[in-house]
Amino acid sequence: MSHAVAHPPVTGASPNLGLLLLKARTFIALILVFAFFAVAAPNFLSAANMVIMSKHVALNAFLAIGMTFVIISGGIDLSVGSIVGLCGMVAGWLVLYGIDFGLGWSIQFNTFEICVLVCLVGIAVGVVNAILITRLNVAPFIATLGTLYICRGAAMLASDGRTFPNLGGNPEYGSDTFRLIGAGSFLGLPISIWMLIAVAALAAYISRRTPLGRYIYAVGGNERGAALSGVKVNRIKLFVYMFSGFCAALVGLIVSSQLVASHPATGETFELNAIAAAVLGGTSMSGGRGRIGGTIVGAFVIGVLSDGLVMMGVSAFWQTVIKGLVIVAAVVVDQAQQKLQARVALQAQAALGK
Amino acid sequence: MDHPVGLQIRGGVKVYPGTRALKSVDFDLRMGAVNVLVGENGAGKSTMMKVIAGVEQLTEGRILMNGQEVQFRGTEDARRHGIGIVFQELNLFPNMTVAENIFIGREITRGGVDIDMAAQRAETRRLMQRLEHDIDPDTLVGELRVGQQQIIEIAKSLAQDARILILDEPTSALSAAEVDILFRVIAELKRDGVGIVYISHRLEELIRIGDYITVLRDGAITGARSMEGVDVPWIVRNMIGEASKDFAKEVDHPYGDEIFRAEDVCLPRAGGGLAVDHVSLSLRAGEIVGIYGLMGAGRSEFLECVIGRHAHATGRMFIAGAPLTDRSIAGRIARGIALIPEDRKNDGLIQLATIRENMTLSSLGLFTRFFHMDLGAERRSVADFVKRLTVKIASMENPVSSLSGGNQQKVVIGKALMTGPKVLLMDEPSRGIDIGAKAEVFRTMRQLAAQGLGILFVTSDLEEVMALSDRIIVMSEGRITGEFDRSVATDTAVVAASAPGQARPEQELVA
Repeated sequence: MSHAVAHPPVTGASPNLGLLLLKARTFIALILVFAFFAVAAPNFLSAANMVIMSKHVALNAFLAIGMTFVIISGGIDLSVGSIVGLCGMVAGWLVLYGIDFGLGWSIQFNTFEICVLVCLVGIAVGVVNAILITRLNVAPFIATLGTLYICRGAAMLASDGRTFPNLGGNPEYGSDTFRLIGAGSFLGLPISIWMLIAVAALAAYISRRTPLGRYIYAVGGNERGAALSGVKVNRIKLFVYMFSGFCAALVGLIVSSQLVASHPATGETFELNAIAAAVLGGTSMSGGRGRIGGTIVGAFVIGVLSDGLVMMGVSAFWQTVIKGLVIVAAVVVDQAQQKLQARVALQAQAALGK
Repeated sequence: MDHPVGLQIRGGVKVYPGTRALKSVDFDLRMGAVNVLVGENGAGKSTMMKVIAGVEQLTEGRILMNGQEVQFRGTEDARRHGIGIVFQELNLFPNMTVAENIFIGREITRGGVDIDMAAQRAETRRLMQRLEHDIDPDTLVGELRVGQQQIIEIAKSLAQDARILILDEPTSALSAAEVDILFRVIAELKRDGVGIVYISHRLEELIRIGDYITVLRDGAITGARSMEGVDVPWIVRNMIGEASKDFAKEVDHPYGDEIFRAEDVCLPRAGGGLAVDHVSLSLRAGEIVGIYGLMGAGRSEFLECVIGRHAHATGRMFIAGAPLTDRSIAGRIARGIALIPEDRKNDGLIQLATIRENMTLSSLGLFTRFFHMDLGAERRSVADFVKRLTVKIASMENPVSSLSGGNQQKVVIGKALMTGPKVLLMDEPSRGIDIGAKAEVFRTMRQLAAQGLGILFVTSDLEEVMALSDRIIVMSEGRITGEFDRSVATDTAVVAASAPGQARPEQELVA
């Protein structure tokens, strides 16, 4: 959440302090939630629990990062949960069978090749979403709702609804390292966390320091204005849906590797958690506003909250209610921040004496 | 002539966080007359009108109507007292029809539930007739030009039978003929005893229509009198406290070679016919060409064809002799064309983004190596343009929406200039900005032309087109109907050429 901007010199400390607190609210919420469970839930602070929890959070965080770009650009991607399921099935299929052309022989892949192919599948779904939205003028909500069903159906069809078990891989093909994606660790951190760090850093860099990132905000803020300024709006939209598909493919890989099995129902309702994390992190559903850092903190708040409540033995029904309350509260506070921020900017302008 | 005072403000103070927008003003609003209100942007005109319309409440002071103190807690209260307002920023629903917009919030219903569309349509048609505009009640407002939308706004408050009608810059997007129509309507209302408050930056217009004038400066009233004997220098003196700034031509500079040429540019209209009808023109480096015409004459559409907004436009264009084949906006910007759109809010700026991000949006390539942006270089460049264009900002990191209209316009101009254009297209560059900012914008245009840019600008303001242009092109019904050199152009000739209905025969004569 730390990013450096030169803040305007504003008179009066109180709105500034209030604004700072509001801006950091998701982070403060995370600390509060964390502190609460540290006291209330036994073993919450144990290293083993931290690792498990961060793995849970990572899955949602990947999706939420992709979702953040889509929402900032003024769209929505409901298909990510299904892409997770589909990509998991593709990964399972490739590990078990390779590609069989029915000629009596098949092509087998090593782990790296499988990862590339699976990511391409996720990106391809993103391309389909983008084409529907930009070329065929389908509203993002409907276009991605359609691909949500299509991908889920395709995942079911891949195995007739059954699970692909025992994705141990085959040393002969070099796919026995497949399990390491979910189970391996490096310097004490799980591989999936390293991947999250890499993707998050990449996304944050794109959003802050590249023209692409600037254009994503511009398209979400005012599509017509952006187009008239020479922004290639369709390309920007293509990118955000591709990136979202890519993030979902990564989650599909990680889940099937962690479970050493892939089930076609994996990822159901993941898209809702991703949207919740993005919104909790201050992303505006109407586009043009949001931050990768905020989204990641948002994903942690949701993850810590649900894992902590499980550890305290709170019923699953209450967990759902509490999650909903947190999301609603986050949006209400967000509105207050917007108001205050606008006032501070106006004051600074008024202080110019005109 | 005696005009009773219908509404008074006594000792009105309005404090916004950090500023005093009104400093103890006393204002009398006379019925059956046009009360003109003038002042630079930020002088407090709009604030005072918002107070009267119930949008804002006075911090101190009283409002009296017919000697009785009244309190407006909201627009609904004000409306009950017969006060109607047309805001400078249009408040319409683009996705609804003209009739639905006019009756929004007070629909004609049967039994309070079922909307009587037929009655609304009939009433809308009557209003449109009164305003002498041929707009179908079932047209979606989003499909209308900005000027037509302004007519709808005016119709909306006419429909409410207001006793006091506030018009905040109603003519900023209207052409001379439409202004005449509006003035006739105002005269009619005056006869009916309606008190009209009229805010405008067009001083000649104020003198022509006003009965009483009130001048505001920095939240205080600096002059209030009957309009008799008032002239432009008097108004300007009270407004800015110094002698009139006129935006006449400075030094003459020689023109360069032809920098832009358009041949046979056509744009089909949604309902059939051509919005831009075989327009051909050329522009030389250092030349300022003004395109004058009525609303809907195809002026803005022509500029949009040049920038590449309409994929189905036809015709050939050349930049410095080389054909312009790239159809995308980005490609045309790269070839040296830049557009400053008419509608700042919807086309020109990203309201959520900061001043810095808005200014550099078209030219991020300048600060980018491969894919990495140099934010320091970006900031330096923005600071440079802010200084050159004298934009008044507290910080370039503030949202662009916190700026006044004139400063927002300068940000849009800065954005266009950052792309290093050869041809600058400006659509109503002075719309909704105050006289000081206007003069600065015009001075900037002159400087740019002297630096060798070709400038093509569209305006509905006759005075502006006469004062600024080296050459004037008049459009009507999608065609060019007149072309005048500055030295020979006269008001009457230009206006005559802009009148609709004569384009076709003239074209036939040529053919």
